[in-house]
Amino acid sequence: MSLDKNGIAKRIAQELKDGYYVNLGIGIPTLVANYVPNDIDVVLQSENGLLGIGPFPKKGEADPDLINAGKQTVTTIPGSAFFDSSLSFAMIRGGHVDLTVLGAFEVSNKGDISSWKIPGKMVKGMGGAMDLVAAAKNIIVATTHTDRNGNPKLKTSCELPLTGVSCVKKIVSDLAVIEVTENGFKLLERAPGVSVEEIIEKTGAPLIIEGDIPEMSV
Amino acid sequence: MNKVVKNASEAILGMQNGQTFMLGGFGLCGIPENTINALVDLGLTDLTCISNNAGVDDFGLGLLLKKHQIKKMISSYVGENKEFERQMLSGELDVDLVPQGTLAERIRAGGAGIPAFYVPAGYGTEVGEGKESREFNGKMHLLEHGLTADYAVVKAWKGDTSGNLIYRETANNFNQPMAMAGKITIAEVEELVPVGELNPNEIHTPGIFVQRIFQGTDYEKRIEFETVQE
Repeated sequence: MSLDKNGIAKRIAQELKDGYYVNLGIGIPTLVANYVPNDIDVVLQSENGLLGIGPFPKKGEADPDLINAGKQTVTTIPGSAFFDSSLSFAMIRGGHVDLTVLGAFEVSNKGDISSWKIPGKMVKGMGGAMDLVAAAKNIIVATTHTDRNGNPKLKTSCELPLTGVSCVKKIVSDLAVIEVTENGFKLLERAPGVSVEEIIEKTGAPLIIEGDIPEMSV
Repeated sequence: MNKVVKNASEAILGMQNGQTFMLGGFGLCGIPENTINALVDLGLTDLTCISNNAGVDDFGLGLLLKKHQIKKMISSYVGENKEFERQMLSGELDVDLVPQGTLAERIRAGGAGIPAFYVPAGYGTEVGEGKESREFNGKMHLLEHGLTADYAVVKAWKGDTSGNLIYRETANNFNQPMAMAGKITIAEVEELVPVGELNPNEIHTPGIFVQRIFQGTDYEKRIEFETVQE
């Protein structure tokens, strides 16, 4: 069975390490915050100027001055810090953020990513995505393996306008965990009950497959 | 040094058609509501606006867009505004989309007297087309230029009569770098206090960057996506 959004988020949460500063993009990546293991200390960065994102506020306690990068109301945690946008991207560009998780329209087997523009259809802007993918030490893409029409989102090259080149390190989809290596996509894990054959069929680029591919534990 | 003006209408005296404005805020958080409303009333046209976002259809910069007062927008994300999308796709509005961190740094650099600098964001994408690129430490970077404006309009939480400013929570965002980058910087604040009442340790924007300051009224502080615990 393929994973749902929460399953993908749960699997990505296993990539978090104690002491990590992490930037989570909008959509599935935001859900990762719900599955941070209790025994590790992870601080979430929001590029609009907050380090230490807390849970959503209780009803009636939303503060219009306190939002995340998705413009949702949030709260702080003990130890949170506020700062301006240029300092926020100094953290990102300067390599101080350990991990970035974001969504994508397409990822190529060279690690290129398209995530911000569909010419003629959707031109909303890149926001902070280009800065994040150009600078983060480690970038994980959270995505469905195929688009709504069943076309592969993981391919030999991206057709949509790029967000960044040679930057994605790992992809966690509803079907598989895939590493982007110098030689292309390498299949690391498969979703529970999903066959290697199905993953090959739904991936638009060759897969490096070594030995038995284990099931994810989610 | 007293920089206090009475209200937004007085703060925008001297503004002209065709000028360049920076407006602080992220989404609707920390936007200079009073000054935007005064600009709508004044009816200036052919404006170039540098702002991370473009408001929503009926609030913030969306109000200026609706009246076709803006000729060009320089922003990073404009997703929450249908009229914006319509004007952009029809060619009525000239739009320059800039990666958010590059935008913030271009503004900071402009205010800090740095004409240009290199960043990795956008290399290999359409953002890099026509730009000078150069390798540093084995990585490709793009040359980006500092930005300044005829007027920077910022919103702060507290300010004193000499223009020192303190922002609140994530309403700081682009306000702090923009305050540095206006030939004339206008600050509207929720609470204006006499000189000496703000703690110098807590000031984000020193008054040297601010030319006009006033206490705003009737802040709506609209929330774009109110999200609460279930």
